[in-house]
Amino acid sequence: MAQDHSTAFVRTQEIPPAPPPPGETGAVHWIKTNLISSVPNAIATAVGIYVVYWLLSGLIPWIVNGTWVTNNIRECREVLAGSGGGCFSVLTERYAQMLFGFEYPSEFYWRPSLAFALLFFAVPPALFPMYLPRWMLIGTGLYPFVAFWLIWGGTILTPIGALVGVMVGYYAFTKLDKYGFAAALGGGVVGAWVVWQAFGMIAGGMPGFIALDAVESRNMGGFMLNMILGVVCVSLSIPLGIVLALGRQSTMPLIKIVCVVFIEFVRGVPLITLLFVANVVLAYFFPPDSNIDLILRVIIMITMFSAAYIAEVIRGGLAALPTGQYEAADSLGLNYAQAMRLIILPQALKISIPGIVNVAVGLFKDTTLVSVISMFDLVGMIRGPILSSTDWAGVYWETWAFACILFFVVCFGISKYSQWLEGQLRTDRH
Amino acid sequence: MTDTAVNTSQMQISDEVAISIQNMNKWYGTFHVLRDIDLTVQRGERIVICGPSGSGKSTLIRCINALEEHQQGSISVDGTLLSSDLKNIDKIRSEVGMCFQHFNLFPHLTILENCTLAPIWVRKTPKKEAEETAMYFLEKVKIPDQANKYPGQLSGGQQQRVAIARSLCMRPRIMLFDEPTSALDPEMIKEVLDTMIQLAEEGMTMLCVTHEMGFARQVANRVIFMDAGQIVEQNAPEPFFTNPQNERTQLFLSQILGH
Repeated sequence: MAQDHSTAFVRTQEIPPAPPPPGETGAVHWIKTNLISSVPNAIATAVGIYVVYWLLSGLIPWIVNGTWVTNNIRECREVLAGSGGGCFSVLTERYAQMLFGFEYPSEFYWRPSLAFALLFFAVPPALFPMYLPRWMLIGTGLYPFVAFWLIWGGTILTPIGALVGVMVGYYAFTKLDKYGFAAALGGGVVGAWVVWQAFGMIAGGMPGFIALDAVESRNMGGFMLNMILGVVCVSLSIPLGIVLALGRQSTMPLIKIVCVVFIEFVRGVPLITLLFVANVVLAYFFPPDSNIDLILRVIIMITMFSAAYIAEVIRGGLAALPTGQYEAADSLGLNYAQAMRLIILPQALKISIPGIVNVAVGLFKDTTLVSVISMFDLVGMIRGPILSSTDWAGVYWETWAFACILFFVVCFGISKYSQWLEGQLRTDRH
Repeated sequence: MTDTAVNTSQMQISDEVAISIQNMNKWYGTFHVLRDIDLTVQRGERIVICGPSGSGKSTLIRCINALEEHQQGSISVDGTLLSSDLKNIDKIRSEVGMCFQHFNLFPHLTILENCTLAPIWVRKTPKKEAEETAMYFLEKVKIPDQANKYPGQLSGGQQQRVAIARSLCMRPRIMLFDEPTSALDPEMIKEVLDTMIQLAEEGMTMLCVTHEMGFARQVANRVIFMDAGQIVEQNAPEPFFTNPQNERTQLFLSQILGH
C-alpha cells in the first residue's frame, strides 16, 4: 500500500505480527554475530578455542589418570609411570590433616565437623531474613557458643557463662539507654564482665561439669583454623567497622580523634606485622601470669585490621548519602541512634556491600598468613608437615590445587551472595 | 481564584502565638546570614517568605526546627524555647513538620513505611494505627494507591505530596515548606500547590519559602520579603504586591512578576 505523504492517513487494518526473517535468531545467528562477525573476531575465537583445548588436554588426563590410593610419592611415580596423572593420594591420605590440623585428636573430628554443619543452620536466618522466620535468629545467636564448646570442648559452663554475660550486658545496656549511650555502654560492659568473672570462677571450680574433652588452641589447624578465623573475624569486624565509621563522623573531637588515629594506624601497617605483634609482643601488655590464647590474640589483630578497612568502606557509603537524608530524619524528630539505625546505615551499608565483601573475601584469604607465625592452618599444614614429610615431598600441584578449591568455593559463595543481596535491596526499579 | 483568596483570608487566626523569634542572629563562620530577625507567628497564620537567593530565607525557617543553629537571640515554638538541649530540640521537631525542595524521602523504604516510620519510633504509635493514619493522609494527598511502591518509582510531584503526607502523619501543629515546588516540572507544581492550599484551608500554621506568587496571593495572610539576611518588608499579600514600599522589594517584584 503506497502512502501519499501529502494526504491524511487513517489505518483501517491491524498489521499482524510476523516471524523474523530466517538467520536473524537462533544459534547460527548467535555464532555469526558473536564469534565470527569479522576477521579479527574469528581469529580471536580460534585462539580462544585453542587455549581452552590446551588447558583441558593437560588438565583432563591429570585428573582422569590420577591415582588416589598409593601411600607415598614414590609409589605414585611407579603407578603413574609417566601417564601425566596427578598424585591425589596425598589428599586421600592427608585430607584430615588438611582440614583439622595434625594435632587435633582424630576421635574428636566429629565435633568441628558438627560445628561446621550447624553453620548451615545458623547463618541462613541472618543472610536470608526475607525467607526465614525471625525466631530462627535465636539459633544464629546461640551458634557461637555452641560452636566454641564443640571445637574447644571443656565444661559447658564456660559457653553458658559467656552467653549469660552477653545477655546481662545487653539487658543493662537497654535499661541504661535513657541515661545516654556512654552510660549504657559502660553499664553493659561492667555487667557482662561481672557475670564472666563469676562464671569463670564456677567453671574453674568444676571443670568436669557436662564437659567435652578439652582441645587446646595450639592443636587447632588446617582449614578449620581458616574457617574459625574467617567466620569470627568477618562477623566481628563488620559491627566494629560500623562503629569506627560513625565515630570518625562524630562531632565530638575526642571520639573522632580516637577513631581516626586507630583507622589510619592500622591501615598503615602490614597485617603480617600485626600478627607478629599478636604472637610475640602482645604478651608484654597483659599481666605476666595471664595466658591469653594465641587464637584469641590473632582474632583480635585480624579483626582490628579488617575493621579499619571496613570502616573506610562504610565511610564512603555514608559520604554518598545526600545531607537531605540526615535533615529529613532530624526534622521528623528521630534521635541520633534511630536516624542512624533506620535511615542512614541501611542506605550506607547497601552502597558499601561490594566494598565490604571485597574486604571480607580478602580477610578470609589473609587468614592463611597465620602460617608465618607457625600456626598450622591449611597453608601451614601443606607447607610444613605435608610437603616436608619424606612421603609427600614434591606433591605441589595436587595439594595447592586442593587448597585453592577450598578457598575458591567459600569466596565465590560470598561473592554470589553479595550480588544476590544487592539485587534484593534495589528499590529504584520500575 | 479571588473567591478562594477571600475565603482563606477570612480564616480564623487565633491570638495564640505559635512561633516567636526575637533578635535572632546567625553567622556562617564570619558571614552574617541572619540579622536581627524579629518574627511572631500566630496560630493559623500562613506566611510566605520570598526574596532573592542567598537572602537567608531558607536558613530562617531551618533555624525554627534547629536544622541550623542560631548564635544570638531566641526562638520559641509553642512556648518551648529552642536551646542546645536535645530534649527540647526533639520535642520541637516532632511538633513542626518540614518539606524540602528535594523531598528527601527515604529511598530504601516504601511510601507507607516512609509515612509510618516517625510515628512508630518517635511517637510510639502501634504499627496498625500508624498505618491507618498514613493511609488517611495518603488519601488526602491523593496517592493511596502508591503506598507500597518505593519513592524512586514515583514522579517528583507525587514524591513531594508523599513528603507532605509523611510530615502530616506526625500531626504537626506547624508546617515549614522550603521551596517545595522549585525542583518540580511545571505540570507537577499545581498538584503540590493544591495540596498545600487544602492544608491552609484546614487552618494549618504554615511558613513557606516559595517563589509561587500566585500561591502567596491566594493563600498567605502575610508575605515577608527578605534580602541580605534581613526582613525588608512584610505586609498582607494585596498591599505587598500592589504597593511595595521598599526599593529592593519593588525591584524584586518587578523582576519575578515582569515576565
